[in-house]
Amino acid sequence: MRAVYLSLAVAAVVVVLPGCSLSSRTTRAASLKSEKERKPAPEFALKDANGHTVHLSDYKGKVILLDFWATWCGPCKIEIPWFKDFERENKDKGFAVLGVAMDQDGWDVVKPFAHQLGINYRIVMGDDSIADLYGGVEALPTTFLIDREGRIASVHVGLTSKRDFEDGIKELLQTSGGSSVAALARTE
Amino acid sequence: MLAQNNAILTITPPHKLVAKRNTSVSTKVAVTLSEGYHANSNTPSEAYLIPLRLTWTPEPLQVESITFPKPHDETYSFSPTPLSVFTGAFDITTKFKVPSGATPGLAVLLGKLRYQACNDTMCFPPKTVEVKLPVEVQ
Repeated sequence: MRAVYLSLAVAAVVVVLPGCSLSSRTTRAASLKSEKERKPAPEFALKDANGHTVHLSDYKGKVILLDFWATWCGPCKIEIPWFKDFERENKDKGFAVLGVAMDQDGWDVVKPFAHQLGINYRIVMGDDSIADLYGGVEALPTTFLIDREGRIASVHVGLTSKRDFEDGIKELLQTSGGSSVAALARTE
Repeated sequence: MLAQNNAILTITPPHKLVAKRNTSVSTKVAVTLSEGYHANSNTPSEAYLIPLRLTWTPEPLQVESITFPKPHDETYSFSPTPLSVFTGAFDITTKFKVPSGATPGLAVLLGKLRYQACNDTMCFPPKTVEVKLPVEVQ
């Protein structure tokens, strides 16, 4: 596994945007698909902990980290604190984490678990339909990074490095959508 | 919920059990987990983990005890503390009491083994597999 992470790090390509300082450079995340390869993320309607219906389209224009997880999943527990950090650090930059809980026992187990872990992002209750929509989701965690255009930019099955997520989010926030890059350039 | 992976855990069907009334008899369920996978033991070390469970239909035999092997304490990339797990091949032994009023003849006891398996980086949804135990009550 260490060798894989090392390979990913070596494969990372630093791109300096024209007209931008070094502080605004982006890191090419090795796991991101090229824009041509990206397929639209399937729309869904799922309930959150308050009974409100959440659609993927509610997040139109945002970069989304869509995390399929469950309370019985040990690797998911490792990633959740990272996702809390991502939400806190990027929620004002057009980014959101959305957790899809796949527990058969529903909110009775998910609510106390989320409270215990101090989850600061929205959680919806998943089902077979959304698992099918997103390709079966055979194992947890399975995490999708969705770009501002609503396309799946990367899929991570199993425990992934925090750095890989960070790089992907950073690149999608900076390069996904022409307006965001232009806005970034204007602030320099 | 979620797609299932049938190759992770397999069960060897137990042999027919000959059960004389007013006695106790035992049977073993042979379980094999694929290499690289583990299932939580019957006594998981963390409250959030789903334990291994074996249950049987109540007739015509009555369960006296179910004995699991000694679990391993293993560490994984996702768990800084050791987890109580089963790996590889192991047996679960069930001891049945044969009631004096049991009806002589052939029957099939239905067992249900519920497990939740993971490997070093991912977990699979809990699954229940059926175990059929042919019994001849004498």
